[in-house]
Amino acid sequence: MSAPTSTRSTGTAGGDGRRRRGPRTWLAALPLLAFTGLCFGIPLGAIAFGAVTRTDATTGATRLTGEHLARSLQGPYLASLIGSVQLSALTAVTGGVLGVLIAQAVVTSRSAALRGAVLTASGVLANFGGVPLAFAFIATVGISGVVTRLADLTDLGWDLYSFTGLTVVYLYFLIPLMVLVIAPALDGLRPQWREAAQNNGATGWQFWRHVGLPVLTPSLLGGFVLLFGTAFAAHATAAALVGGSVPLVTLKIADALSGNVLTGQENVALALGLDMILIAGLIMAVYLPLQRRSARWLR
Amino acid sequence: MLSSSARRGAAALLGAAVLTTLSACGAAPDQQPAGATGDAKGTVRPGAAASVADFGGMEGLVAAAEKEGQLNVIALPADWANYGEMLKAFQAKYPKIKVGSENPDASSADEIAAVKSRKGQKRAPDVLDLGIAFARSGAAENLFAPYKVTAWDKIPASQKDADGRWYNDYGGYVSIGCDAAKIPTCPQTFADLLKPEYKGKVALNGNPTKSGSAFGGVYAAALANKGSFADIQPGIDFFGQLRKSGNFIPVESTPATVEKGETPISIDWDYLNAGYAEQFKGKGVDWKVAVPTDGVYAQYYSQAVNKDAPNPAAARLWMEFLYSAQGQNLWLKGHARPVLLPAMTQDGTVDKDAVTKLPQVQGTPSFPESTELDKAKATLAEKWDKALS
Repeated sequence: MSAPTSTRSTGTAGGDGRRRRGPRTWLAALPLLAFTGLCFGIPLGAIAFGAVTRTDATTGATRLTGEHLARSLQGPYLASLIGSVQLSALTAVTGGVLGVLIAQAVVTSRSAALRGAVLTASGVLANFGGVPLAFAFIATVGISGVVTRLADLTDLGWDLYSFTGLTVVYLYFLIPLMVLVIAPALDGLRPQWREAAQNNGATGWQFWRHVGLPVLTPSLLGGFVLLFGTAFAAHATAAALVGGSVPLVTLKIADALSGNVLTGQENVALALGLDMILIAGLIMAVYLPLQRRSARWLR
Repeated sequence: MLSSSARRGAAALLGAAVLTTLSACGAAPDQQPAGATGDAKGTVRPGAAASVADFGGMEGLVAAAEKEGQLNVIALPADWANYGEMLKAFQAKYPKIKVGSENPDASSADEIAAVKSRKGQKRAPDVLDLGIAFARSGAAENLFAPYKVTAWDKIPASQKDADGRWYNDYGGYVSIGCDAAKIPTCPQTFADLLKPEYKGKVALNGNPTKSGSAFGGVYAAALANKGSFADIQPGIDFFGQLRKSGNFIPVESTPATVEKGETPISIDWDYLNAGYAEQFKGKGVDWKVAVPTDGVYAQYYSQAVNKDAPNPAAARLWMEFLYSAQGQNLWLKGHARPVLLPAMTQDGTVDKDAVTKLPQVQGTPSFPESTELDKAKATLAEKWDKALS
């Protein structure tokens, strides 16, 4: 996300002299480039290579093939990709909306203690995931959970081990994440803007429609992408909770890569990984132009 | 223009940096030709020894192993089939050999990956405990050293590779564990599980597309429902039906969920269920184990020696230890059925106390062919999700 920021700034501020930067500038970025190349480039290359090649077990010869990618887009693998995208989109939208509302309530409240408490708690909860979180939910709202029995949730149709159940569990760490990333942006909405709008006779709705939301859009979009990515990549929580009953691509990758049942499916796992990268890339391809367009507002 | 050429320069530099790092990794300093050290009394180097005779007897093997002074094991959880005690007993018997136990919760796929990725390094695993499918595919990929333990002839032919590259070590039956403190009448068969009284109570130990025991559960359910080794579909349908009726919950049963009471009925290997019974005694959980009479399915794990084992003699000594009466009885104590159980029952070396604690089973186990197993797995991977969702 740093790349578009820098290209943008070159277009506006400064003159021609500043745009043409000497070699010393990129030299400073070399550690970052080397780090990115090592930690993202090499694994990406390995994934891409494994996804399109097959090594014969006995002869050791490697040849190019499209069968892994083709398999990763068929049957249960395709279903798992769709399931993951659905779950991530749903939780990102829900978590985003709820997160903004909570953050707005906290930011505009006069209690500094509430603000500090909510932001600190968000910092902790946003990183609370995996098997501990799954078990916390099992113990409270699982079939024999404390709350389930007290409130007769089962009679109300509640089932933790379903798509809905998983959505609720994901929201448990996605909402705090949204609160964390959006609170600074909400802080940036200056009260003077609102006062100015009111002085000009704008209603609350008009203020949000024409001032608040446009200013916030880049941050909202960024938050949505972050939430989507987090949900898309989550694995351990779902593995402990729903097994195969909610098909998710991360579960399929784990099955193929480090299971006790399927043999020789490693390359399909790599192909699925490549599919995930492509989907993430697609999201970014939509997000970046949108973000750039709405960010123009802020200059 | 300037900036683009600068970028190209950066890319070239980056590429060079990547290459140097890569080659540095490739030439890891701890490379050591397998079996080059520890050339003790035998005529053959340890890495090529195919039986204890190649070391000139047990003393030769022990001497060679002690000279290596190290044994790398992987994927041996202390609470699984009594492996904790097994490792301690080996350490006590051979104090000069340091046992390094790596990643106890690793899966079979992780083990194979460790063998391949650390080929030629000192940190590579010496011996492997693998699911049968991985033992077979690993042998086909020529990853294992052929080694026949002293008790080789007593291992039934259906449970070993003719060349000695892998052979079964211990196993158990698919069983139904049940908390009698919460369930008035425990289910004894797969057919019982369909009863409405078990709504929201039945779980598997994981997802059958990943967990070996859960896969065994589905396979056994297939046998109970007119399926066969070649036809796992009835088992998938059975769990689909259980899911629809609400009896089956897809949560992974673990000691934690069992103790909590969330999975009061858990289909799992009998040795793990029998282990729970002891573990939870006095904690409000009365865990009973039944091997269902309508779906009898046994599965054994297999033992193999890494062909490029960094400590080839120690690896072979570990194998001799596992297949000695002491090693076999230790598995038995963990409620697992060692492969030499029938032979040891005959010659009287078996731990009779431990045998009486095993869950009762009717009939003798049979095992699927490789092709049948592969087909069952492919079918399961294809159909399981759909049947459940």
